Amino acid sequence: MGAFAAVNVLERLDRWFARSEMAGRYLLLSPVLLVLVCALAAPLALLFLYSFWTQDGLAVNTTPTLGQYAAVASREGYRVLFLRSVGISSLVTVVTVLLAYPMAYFVAFRAGRAKFIWLILLTIPFWTSYLLRVFAWKIILGFNGVINSGLISLGLISRPLEFLLYNPTAVVVTLTHAYAAFAILPIYVSLEKIDRTLLEAAADLGDGPVRRFLRVTLPLSLPGVIGAAVLIFVPTTGDYVTPSLVGGTDGVMIANLIQVQFGRVNNWPLGAALAISSMALVAAVAVFAIQAARLAVTRIR
Amino acid sequence: MAGGRGLAFYALAYLAFLYVPVLLLPLFSFNDSLFIAFPLSGFTTKWYAQMAEDEDMRAALWNTLKVGAVASLVSTSLGLLAAKALARPLRGRAALLGFANLPLLIPDIVLGIALLILVSSVSIPLSLVSVAIGHILICLPFAIAVLLSRLEGFDASLEEASRDLGENAWMTFWRVTFPLVLPGIAASLLLTFIVSFDDFLIAFFLCGTDTTLPVYIWGELRFPYKLPNVLALGATILIVSGVMIAFAEWIRRLGASSDANLPLGA
Repeated sequence: MGAFAAVNVLERLDRWFARSEMAGRYLLLSPVLLVLVCALAAPLALLFLYSFWTQDGLAVNTTPTLGQYAAVASREGYRVLFLRSVGISSLVTVVTVLLAYPMAYFVAFRAGRAKFIWLILLTIPFWTSYLLRVFAWKIILGFNGVINSGLISLGLISRPLEFLLYNPTAVVVTLTHAYAAFAILPIYVSLEKIDRTLLEAAADLGDGPVRRFLRVTLPLSLPGVIGAAVLIFVPTTGDYVTPSLVGGTDGVMIANLIQVQFGRVNNWPLGAALAISSMALVAAVAVFAIQAARLAVTRIR
Repeated sequence: MAGGRGLAFYALAYLAFLYVPVLLLPLFSFNDSLFIAFPLSGFTTKWYAQMAEDEDMRAALWNTLKVGAVASLVSTSLGLLAAKALARPLRGRAALLGFANLPLLIPDIVLGIALLILVSSVSIPLSLVSVAIGHILICLPFAIAVLLSRLEGFDASLEEASRDLGENAWMTFWRVTFPLVLPGIAASLLLTFIVSFDDFLIAFFLCGTDTTLPVYIWGELRFPYKLPNVLALGATILIVSGVMIAFAEWIRRLGASSDANLPLGA
């Protein structure tokens, strides 16, 4: 009988669904929205609130104040870390996109029937453990690491090179490798979408390969390039693992400073203010860079 | 064409750049030396034997599997509901997708501390529960993207036909929609499981004493004499997850309407 009643209820639900299909679809969305509000919007709002509070020993004083932001703005050491984080991420973004563009171009236009295999091969590293990929670079660049021991056993150097690990360059190399897939895939998708007849038209109208690339292919793939740049720049600025493992003291970035506030130092409001400030800075730089890129491409055309 | 050949060489070199650093882990995991350096000194499987005997590692692995199972099941179920709702035009679609994709654009450290503040202010203890909450959040964009591209290629008239032939909504779902979406569900389960399995930073802030595998690895990295064990563990993880990913990508791409839906574009 229970099953019969259940079917009855389902049928009614069914009719109701047919009547208000739209409402039904919003209903389907409600669990996702609930999760997003509770696990994303609420924590971010709390983080924002915390940045206006003060750590008082083990307790938190909830009198609103701009003190944390004043501290963030005034301390020289923080400014160095902010600038370094943005500098390293910008470099990583530019290098990664430049290296990835020809690769994406190859897959989109030249890979032929092997495209499927190429796409899978390029996607696998994207999903594999980030921590392990960074760890691999630590053992490659280390004092007694793969490069040094390899060069010594080949007789090319007699003492290990010290400049490989624990500096900003090591961070840039590691991040460039770690974020490669983030650049290739969006650029590939935008190249793939380009209407091939436009390229033929440009060639028929007398554009050589270079002009055709600059005036047709590049502008049309710009959304992919911008998407890739954002997907690299924004998370790398806040990267914690890479500077911790390969950065050394000169390669410390803003995320390390934030982590310390939530760990050893135990000053959550300052950590929150640092996090909010860095996100605001990153957003500002990203918006500025996107506008600049758009402008540059319009000029080329 | 010379340019074409140059580009093909570049592509192969790029592939080597992507894979060679990572493949050093399995290579050195069989090397009979405490030091990760050339020249290789002989073949051994003792690091794997040592790794397998490590109780802490096994506990961490078990924790990671539990969180991964919960995160992938929940995020895929939520993703399926969302993708079903969003597969056809709907007001607020772009805003909702943007909202759900936000975790991809917020650095993990910010998500980690924000969730840490939340769970401590509602008194959820730092445990696998708090880690699972964080992982559901970071898995959700991938689940929605994978399932959405599957459902968008889906012919809605099949569902209509089923209804016209007298099936109710529930049976239509089970007998028409579900089988057609199954490859997407499988791909989503696998990929979200891997996202959860690999996450270090969110778990680092939220796990308390319930160490997950990446957090365990992070702790081991401080001890140079433990590096060979980490290599063996890392190599195992890379090989197993590599196979899982290749399989998931293969099913996903076979039936996807387009590549354009993944938050990363593919």
